[in-house]
Amino acid sequence: MTSTLRSDRSSPAAAGAPLLRFEQLGMAYPTPKGPYPVLENVNLEVQAGEFVCLIGHSGCGKSTLLNTVSGFAKPTSGRVLLKGQPIQRPGPDRMVVFQGYALLPWLSAYDNVHLAIDSVKPQLAEREKREIVMEHLELVGLTQAAEKLITQLSGGMKQRVAIARALAIRPEVLILDEPFGALDAITKEELQEELLKIWNTQKCTVLMITHDIDEALFLADRLVMMTNGPSAAIGEVLTIDFPRPRNREDIMEDPRYYELRNSALDFLYNRFAHDHDEAG
Amino acid sequence: MTTAPSSGFNLAQWWKRSRKTILPPLFGIGGFLLFWQLSASLGLTKLSGPLSLWTEERTRDLLLYPFFDRGGLDKGLFWHTLSSLSRVALGYTLAAVVGIGVGIAVGLNQALNRAFDPLFQFLRMVAPLAWVPIALVMFQQNQPAAIFVIFITSIWPILINTAEGVRQIPQDYRNVALVLQMSKKRFFTKILIPSALPYIFTGLRISIGLAWLAIIAAEIVMPGTPGIGFFIWDANQNGYVSDIVLGVIWIGAIGLILDRLMAWLQTRIATGR
Repeated sequence: MTSTLRSDRSSPAAAGAPLLRFEQLGMAYPTPKGPYPVLENVNLEVQAGEFVCLIGHSGCGKSTLLNTVSGFAKPTSGRVLLKGQPIQRPGPDRMVVFQGYALLPWLSAYDNVHLAIDSVKPQLAEREKREIVMEHLELVGLTQAAEKLITQLSGGMKQRVAIARALAIRPEVLILDEPFGALDAITKEELQEELLKIWNTQKCTVLMITHDIDEALFLADRLVMMTNGPSAAIGEVLTIDFPRPRNREDIMEDPRYYELRNSALDFLYNRFAHDHDEAG
Repeated sequence: MTTAPSSGFNLAQWWKRSRKTILPPLFGIGGFLLFWQLSASLGLTKLSGPLSLWTEERTRDLLLYPFFDRGGLDKGLFWHTLSSLSRVALGYTLAAVVGIGVGIAVGLNQALNRAFDPLFQFLRMVAPLAWVPIALVMFQQNQPAAIFVIFITSIWPILINTAEGVRQIPQDYRNVALVLQMSKKRFFTKILIPSALPYIFTGLRISIGLAWLAIIAAEIVMPGTPGIGFFIWDANQNGYVSDIVLGVIWIGAIGLILDRLMAWLQTRIATGR
């Protein structure tokens, strides 16, 4: 049984030079009372093709950390290197699935994805662009809804379009900021499975913020747990080495699942409990 | 031998459904006209009542024959309206082009906005009539002066709403443009314009009413050219009170039609996006 589940994917951490590297990263926002440190001394290496989830209490700077990768925020100290080069500005090699989807409501699902390809790869022939759009809408199961306006789609379908748009431009790093937080439980599980399937075929590197430990355990190779802000840093990194492709039920029968789950819970609710939780 | 399908239209049912929307305005307007007519007939006011539009032969002719043209300024109301509307079209189009252009520039550039916003806020408070002498001095001719008065009166809502629309573009959309490294041109056509369009149309709709108000002001002060404003001024010179009443009703009706037209366009654009 276990032998059929074992993946031939070699342990990503064992590979060569990291794709992404945070070096002594610090981030402080200026306030009238002086700089407010959000992140301090963040060090992390992410290998190409790795699926990394970030978890931590709200306000710990998870989004800020990902913004330094997408290029929307510049670190105030230290640096973030992508293939050895410091990240300067946003670019399509680090595509973001935004928290509020950020789809253009006056365009159809098709046109939203098409606009992304048209912007990133204008040199392609129209026929090729069309094929890429349809291929990615099919990946997320939206072939039927391609011509629908964004305003006519449900939350789950919008998130599917956002994922299709992000993947269609073939980013090296896919950044997801709590992508499934606003969805109902069933849609959420469906989308998690679809995301894993796509990730398996496209082999891009994924950085994803989540609040859901089970989601992280199902999806990620590693779970990065952050300490509380101000001056948040990486507290602990859990390696989740369930074989791939994963199956939700099989994982949950694995005794290691509960070990990992308990250590994540212990980290979040005992060792780094939120201020409010401590007070209460 | 097929039986005709029962038509979906049933007069009794239609009346039952729509009487609540038809009767109140009928009573309101009818009551107002009755009050007006009574106060005129009883001599409470020197203003002639609504019936005078029909009882005065000269006014009735104007009402019944809007298309006559005896040359010069002696024309039917249709021709006066047409020349007023063509002036409005010119001044308003100019205001739309300049207003949207400057609005986008001001909306995108914080420094530009700080520099000019106080000036815009000041100028938009100046009444159309106050612009007339300035326009006459600037242009020395009635026609361009009238167009300028329309332009300067109607530009502000367009400009200010466009700028606000550009400022209100959600940060998410800007971030999408950044991460996709969209060209300026693509950002402009694919994100800025569609996102700001509802605001631009709000400005355009407010402005069409202002432009129509301004033309009357301009023409009344600059007589000698055909136009609905001149028509009223001329009637006033001759003491034809019922003609003035007709002119005013005519102006109100045209203004209402222009506003409805813009409202219709606004919903068309909003739903067609």
